[in-house]
Amino acid sequence: MTVKVITVGEKILGTNNAKAEENKTRLARYGILTINIMSSPGAGKTSLILATIKHISQKARIAVIEGDVASSIDADKVNALGIPVVQINTAGGCHLDAFMVEKGLDNLPLEKIDLLFIENVGNLICPNNYLLGEDIKLMIASMPEGDDKPYKYPAMFADTDVVILNKVDLQPYLDFNEKAFRKAVTGLNPDVIILPVSCKTGAGMPAWFKWLEGALKAKKKG
Amino acid sequence: MHEASITESMLSLALEKAGEAQAKKIVRINLVVGELSGVVGDCVQFYFDHISKNTIAEGAALSFETKPTQIRCRKCQHVFTPENHEWACPKCHETSAEIVSGRECYMESIEVE
Repeated sequence: MTVKVITVGEKILGTNNAKAEENKTRLARYGILTINIMSSPGAGKTSLILATIKHISQKARIAVIEGDVASSIDADKVNALGIPVVQINTAGGCHLDAFMVEKGLDNLPLEKIDLLFIENVGNLICPNNYLLGEDIKLMIASMPEGDDKPYKYPAMFADTDVVILNKVDLQPYLDFNEKAFRKAVTGLNPDVIILPVSCKTGAGMPAWFKWLEGALKAKKKG
Repeated sequence: MHEASITESMLSLALEKAGEAQAKKIVRINLVVGELSGVVGDCVQFYFDHISKNTIAEGAALSFETKPTQIRCRKCQHVFTPENHEWACPKCHETSAEIVSGRECYMESIEVE
């Protein structure tokens, strides 16, 4: 039998990207600002979400989609604050994809939400390759991870809109060079916003809240 | 681990294209994968061998064309493969660069009978 070559020329994750666009349109219909939060495990994704809920829940109605390989530890913490939350367990999968987020959206009261945090699976390798329907990609890098991470995971840092540099309270105990870190991140991504904070002590958090409130206002204006 | 979902998407794309062409069998799938894409060919092959069973793609050869990382200096526009850890431009020593290649992850073509 003769072999025929069929030219495809399509992204392998094209189906995911199309679903992400659907999610984005759905979220836009309700005016929901959606932030995809990515970081390595333990950098402070849940801490940032919890601190933000405590500060901003009087001003904006928040919901959370929690992505984890297993457990509902994070969702339980969010739920304890009375915030709508959906836990997605990826059963070994190292990232969330747009189909999982669609199921999450099916289980949230979208008409009662202004701000949706999607907490991705802790991983610096692939979550940025899977569009979810978010408005903003936010990465958390924490000081104990070291200032060289942008060079080790360049695609993650190149794609993000915001970098939260967490655990600045630990600076006296670490060799972390913030100047070198900023140079590396802005080298890859000149438009990125870098916000040094400590979710634990609250240092730097007002700047993050101010930025977030600005983004919420901009979303409402459309 | 992300190779499992990538392989599923890849197989379903290949089956869709082969179906449109009313092919009886897929003999080869040609993929283009960048060094920064995080896709490991051997892992894709492992999952593919498993999930393609009992489909017209069973036994198809997977061919991976690897694209090296290429970055463009934002100051002098020189395109180069980063060699030092700071990604400094070998011409002007600027350390601000844009990734232009290495993130590819697409299916170039399939060969069918």
